[in-house]
Amino acid sequence: MNAVAFSLTNDGGLSIEVAGVWAALLPSGAAFIEAERTLVCADLHLEKGSAYARRGQLLPPYDTRETLRRLAADVASTQAERIVLLGDTLHDGQARDRMALQDAKALDVIARSRALIWIVGNHDPDGPGGLAGSALDELRIGPLILRHEPRAGPQIGELAGHLHPCARVVAQARSVRRRCFVTDGRRLILPAYGAYAGGLSVRDAAFAGLFHTPPLIGALGRRRVHAVKASAVAPD
Amino acid sequence: MRIASLDRPVEPGDDGKGVCSGLAPDVPPRFSDWFASRGWTPRRHQLEMVQKARAGQSVLLIAPTGGGKTLASFLPSLIELSAREPSDEPAGLHTLYISPLKALAVDVARNLTAPITEMGLPIAVESRTGDSSVAKKQRQRLRPPDILLTTPEQLALFCAWEGSRAYFQGLKRVIVDEAHALYATKRGDLLALGLARLQQFSPRMQRVGLSATVNDPDRLRRWLGPQTGLILGDPGAPPVVEVLLSQGHVPWAGHTAQHAMAEVYDAIRQARTTLVFVNTRWQAEFAFQELWRLNEENLPIALHHGSLSAEQRRKVEAAMTRGELRAVVCTSTLDLGIDWGEVDLVIQLAAPKGSARLVQRIGRANHRLDEPSRALLVPASRFEMLECQAAREAVAANALDGDPERDGALDVLAQHVMGAACGEPFDLVALYEEIRSAAPYAGLTWEDYEDVVSFVSTGGYALKSYDQFRRIVKGQDGLWRVRNGNVALRHRLNVGAIVGPETLNIRLLAGRRAGRKIGEAEEGYLEQLEIGDTFIFAGQVWRFHGVTGPDALVSPAPNTDPKMPSWGGSKFALSTFLARRVRAMIADEARWGGLPDDVREWLEAQKRRSLIPAMDDLLIETFPRHKRFFLCCYSFEGRLAHTTLAMLLTRRLERAGVGPVGFVASDYALAIWAARPMDGLDLDALFQEDMLGDDLESWLQESVMMKRAFKNCALISGLIERRFAGHEKSGRQVTFSSDLIYDVLRRHQPDHLLLRCARADTAQGLLDIGRLGDLLNRIKGRIRPMPLTKVSPFAVPVLLTIGRESVPGAHQDWVLEEAEDELIAEAMN
Repeated sequence: MNAVAFSLTNDGGLSIEVAGVWAALLPSGAAFIEAERTLVCADLHLEKGSAYARRGQLLPPYDTRETLRRLAADVASTQAERIVLLGDTLHDGQARDRMALQDAKALDVIARSRALIWIVGNHDPDGPGGLAGSALDELRIGPLILRHEPRAGPQIGELAGHLHPCARVVAQARSVRRRCFVTDGRRLILPAYGAYAGGLSVRDAAFAGLFHTPPLIGALGRRRVHAVKASAVAPD
Repeated sequence: MRIASLDRPVEPGDDGKGVCSGLAPDVPPRFSDWFASRGWTPRRHQLEMVQKARAGQSVLLIAPTGGGKTLASFLPSLIELSAREPSDEPAGLHTLYISPLKALAVDVARNLTAPITEMGLPIAVESRTGDSSVAKKQRQRLRPPDILLTTPEQLALFCAWEGSRAYFQGLKRVIVDEAHALYATKRGDLLALGLARLQQFSPRMQRVGLSATVNDPDRLRRWLGPQTGLILGDPGAPPVVEVLLSQGHVPWAGHTAQHAMAEVYDAIRQARTTLVFVNTRWQAEFAFQELWRLNEENLPIALHHGSLSAEQRRKVEAAMTRGELRAVVCTSTLDLGIDWGEVDLVIQLAAPKGSARLVQRIGRANHRLDEPSRALLVPASRFEMLECQAAREAVAANALDGDPERDGALDVLAQHVMGAACGEPFDLVALYEEIRSAAPYAGLTWEDYEDVVSFVSTGGYALKSYDQFRRIVKGQDGLWRVRNGNVALRHRLNVGAIVGPETLNIRLLAGRRAGRKIGEAEEGYLEQLEIGDTFIFAGQVWRFHGVTGPDALVSPAPNTDPKMPSWGGSKFALSTFLARRVRAMIADEARWGGLPDDVREWLEAQKRRSLIPAMDDLLIETFPRHKRFFLCCYSFEGRLAHTTLAMLLTRRLERAGVGPVGFVASDYALAIWAARPMDGLDLDALFQEDMLGDDLESWLQESVMMKRAFKNCALISGLIERRFAGHEKSGRQVTFSSDLIYDVLRRHQPDHLLLRCARADTAQGLLDIGRLGDLLNRIKGRIRPMPLTKVSPFAVPVLLTIGRESVPGAHQDWVLEEAEDELIAEAMN
């Protein structure tokens, strides 16, 4: 049984090794592959707020703005040359029509002078449409394969989203529920990046059978990602 | 048992049997005959109610329980309805009765049938609550009864129905029962708005309020409506209130009163029926467990609190009504409710925290005016002994504390505006005037009103992207109306201003799945448990097997020592009013003589070893202990204000470089401990009022309390829905999304209406910032620093709380007891 290789950087950041490639896990929920200057994030669900509004629940319309603000901040801090969005970037087929012009322009700015790749997901099979970026079903980077939905059974080198992993951790009679990365060193499931995206407990049946060994949980904290044993995750 | 002798006799009151026979002509013969057939004479206040009604006046009736208040309020309607000409036309609703409790509405319906049947009156009375069947509700809409008994939430629902104007246009009278329990709450805001709406539908409608004694009747009258008269019922016999002193001793600290359980059991044994009031659910569980441990005679003693399933609570209430129980251990769930004539003793376990609440609870005993209610206060600690004495004196002097003044909440207003639009199209200005006729909203500015309307329509966002999704729209006729039937339907599903804490169902583990439901418990409590832990619930010990979705799974674990939850003290904070009385008692040495010996010795030792502060001074002690440095301040402003103060002081001490490590706050005092001495600090600067500025704001924004308050406001205002057609969102699902919304909104529109609401609620309800402000203002120039070399007698109860609060588990009490003996010896010698 191989344990997951991980390291804590000087500033307390968490890096993990997936299929021999090191990735830094950021507290925003993005992963940065230093060797490839590539920033990866999953499930932005842009315009989820307005999707609810259309059905009569007027959630604050700032989720797209907030998600793109975080993305721009990650790009600036990592100096990424390539951004890969792992699918479900848009919440639904009409999302791009509802998006404010200002937000669409913010995406343009992010895509300027670097590659912006949309892996398509079940919520956005058509890719970016009129927005910045280009669409792909999957992307190979060296030993890594980036796709939206994890394939069934253990996989080597897969980076995927779709499941919106979350973990409830209990300590000292307090409990927190946070979005998280999940990895067994062979594949990495990323947390949802979107400001309004919900979460699914990593103890849910949807995660069963995906990992070769009990996975490492990277729970998103305020300033950094915390490495937690899977056995420390409490039921929801 | 020994009853503490008290320094002040309970004053005899008016025996209150005045009957004004000259007013009898107001009552038709059929009614006076009925009174006579029962051997009764109409009471003065009952006749005055009839007169006021004749004069078309609204009125507030304040009378003690057992004074025939309910009959008094219905008498005018019964007389009017009995004199009605027979007609083929459907008559329409004549009188609407509103009670804060569903059970009360149902019970009053039952009680009204006696006079109606016995006099043979052609009057239809029905109740309507959330539990009424759909068929009954539909029938009531088509064919209203003469008298309808219901709850504030049902009235809000009525107002949100199309056709509500026609339904209520013949309404003559609305009766609000237990008005004192409603008016200072969000439910009271919603009801005041509903009454203003009814008044539009039926301009001549009379408002009648019923209330137990309150400290400020004029405020309650204003809340009820303009030009409300006042009728005072004759006071009943003054209550007999005693303070229990267990074997001559008062414990140093604690809040369970475990030491006195044997005496409490004795008192139950000697009484006919006893209500044992406690301040939290967990205290209720604890006391129930303890009493049954002592219950050698197998007396029927039951348990009643808000976490038990509704079905279980109904069972206890029914057994009580049938007179089958000797005692019920209960929380504020039984502060109000159906009259149980059999109750002859009320016991308050641990201090009452406020004199109005105590009077309300005492009034639950002996509902006959000529016999005094009997109550026994059981203090759980030294400071509580002082508080119980103060409360007893306050009750004797009929001096009551009141709720602080508050403005109507804007999240509630948003719900009401949406409801108004669902009912019928509204004119913006006319609705504004109507809303301002409700007292809580008399000061509503046009700007706030516009913000609320814009919130209801498009969410009130600076980013105007939701214009196409408006929930209410302005038509070409200039009137605002709901966009479509679906929006109205969803609103009606979510009406109400009660947001309970997030709860999980407690269910029996059946195989690996959830079985029968035992009750509900707060999520925050269950989070403290680990799988395999045992805990007490509904009077039994259970093993915790984890949570799945909305259910916590448990199995019975009889004969195990339960892991006790952290008690967390009382959920009510000591009232400002009682606190002042406690401070006065401490400052006045002449009054110590009336206290139990060990409490008096404690005060004397404090005087010798440290200082007894004058009534308005603030004593701040600093002393080293076990390599830590303590700062204790005795401000008596309640747990909430103290916790806030401790949070803010800790931030300042951090900056001052003394390295604060922890703090503990009780109703009476707070203690902060640090790595370095705090003797040399400039205390006047430390306690400057400016801590309520930036320090407060920066702490507040990140606090869990703001998030919780925001969630409640989001639910009440309709931003987040609790119920969709078909299924209900559980608390945890709502929490998750409301936190996401909070974070996004705070960054992108920090002045949004709901953030303002959440801030106001947090400042008022959760942090008691108003009270903290008053304290900081009061003690300016009155701080009495007292550097000591070791712990003081006053500090002992405070320091003992440290262990109790942070180390849950009754089985660990020996640790505390050891620490306790050492500490006491240190302080007293």
